[in-house]
Amino acid sequence: MLTLKNLTKKYPTGDLALKGITLSIPKGEILALIGPSGAGKSTLIRCINRLVEPSGGQILLDGIDIVSLGTEDLRKMRRRLGMIFQEYALVERLSVMENVLSGRLGYVSFWQSWQRRFPQADVTEAFRLLDRVGLSQFVDKRADALSGGQRQRVGIARALMQNPQVLLVDEPTASLDPKTSRQIMRLLTELAQERGLTVIINIHDVPLAQMFAQRIVGLRLGEVVYDGPPDGLTAAMLTSIYGDEDWSTMPATQGLRPHREDLLASEVSS
Amino acid sequence: MSQSPLKDHVTWAPAPWIRPAWLQWGVLLVVVGYVILAGSTLNVDWERIVAGGERTIRMMSDFVRPDFTARQTDVWNGILESLVMTVVASVVGFVVSIPIGFGAARTISPLPIYVLCRGIITLARTFQEVIIAILFVIMVGFGPLAGVLTLSFTTIGFLAKLLAEKIEEIDPAPLEAIRATGASWLQLMDYGVLPQIMPRLIGLTIYRFDINLRESAIVGIVGAGGIGATLETTFDRYEFRTAGAILIVIIGLVMLTEWSSTLIRKRLL
Repeated sequence: MLTLKNLTKKYPTGDLALKGITLSIPKGEILALIGPSGAGKSTLIRCINRLVEPSGGQILLDGIDIVSLGTEDLRKMRRRLGMIFQEYALVERLSVMENVLSGRLGYVSFWQSWQRRFPQADVTEAFRLLDRVGLSQFVDKRADALSGGQRQRVGIARALMQNPQVLLVDEPTASLDPKTSRQIMRLLTELAQERGLTVIINIHDVPLAQMFAQRIVGLRLGEVVYDGPPDGLTAAMLTSIYGDEDWSTMPATQGLRPHREDLLASEVSS
Repeated sequence: MSQSPLKDHVTWAPAPWIRPAWLQWGVLLVVVGYVILAGSTLNVDWERIVAGGERTIRMMSDFVRPDFTARQTDVWNGILESLVMTVVASVVGFVVSIPIGFGAARTISPLPIYVLCRGIITLARTFQEVIIAILFVIMVGFGPLAGVLTLSFTTIGFLAKLLAEKIEEIDPAPLEAIRATGASWLQLMDYGVLPQIMPRLIGLTIYRFDINLRESAIVGIVGAGGIGATLETTFDRYEFRTAGAILIVIIGLVMLTEWSSTLIRKRLL
């Protein structure tokens, strides 16, 4: 169970990015966080692993308050919080294997990681994950030699190498074409469900969020304005999240939300 | 598209570099005037220049008949010493500049360390090699040790400064990702920063190797070892044919490093 209690973030510039967010996310839930640019989505998930320091409130993972952890405990906590990024955030000049193994940095000593001598169990797991995400032939390729979709697969493998409980996912498909976006989202959510991970996904693409998430939270100006099932996103709701627009082409507002099973079937055959 | 109403007769001229325009012309006038006045104080002695022409011809004609045999052992020992100084100083500079460069990058290091490392860099870059060489000769005596210390010191200043600038402009996204794994600071440097700066650091070190080779011929003139001492002796004794030989060897070595650095770059980067 991941619980945010009255989480606030005020940047030194005075911007109040999060105005007291309270959310409870049960173990294994896939939650999509939607909202306009600047709503605080990115700040919110970065507060959870404290890449951004929260200004107030609590973040409880199984009863431990992440906000109050000291440096060493925070490092240990981060191992349980895998993160996947918008522009993949791979280290371009390192090999695919090194990028994946970097997910173990929180577990190994500096000397082990410096010499690239990871425990055999880690290497075995890395090979297994690379096979699972379909990159077994790319082990020794440099990360900058891969396509966007392949890079994001490496990003997913790196996050899963941490053996996390929670996945924080920041715009995983923003730089990908529609087909690759769907493949990546499917891979991500399948892997998360296999392992029973709690997932928070920041995403701009509302139909994609509706397709793959079990719950949607709409954020606007640092406040939760929607929290409910994917089907509940009516035109009026989208307006309250994003502001006034013509929402008639959005699937949910037309009752056209495609069923995941249909999509899975259609794209497996393609 | 509807036609936009065109304003009648709008003129345009580029803005002056310095405003107002009279100040721009004033500055230009002062600079030109100063150059003319300063030039007139140089006391050019035309008779001496004409007399020098004869000596120049003698020197040049000796240069084109280089003598590699007269001071063979001195020359080769000097060249070897220069090479040793260059290699040692470049390697020491490479190794030491990494921590100092990291410390001098504001994006990854705390303020006190930043100030300290920037201070070292500024000190290393303030003085020309010859001045630093004189100081080291006083400190450790004549010989190649003073030269190695001089070149190492200036190499550190050069590499660390450019390295720090490179670090400040690297892509922050991978750093965020590595931090998110629970990596320690050292691991963050190893996995997030080093891979991004390594090509630049290697390129700069090769370039600096070139510079060090040339500087190693200069610091010898003040007694800090290397071929410079031999070169100076030959000039003092008007042995221009031997001097010519030394210069040709230096030119050859610089060309050799130039050529090999191109090769290394192609293979590594």
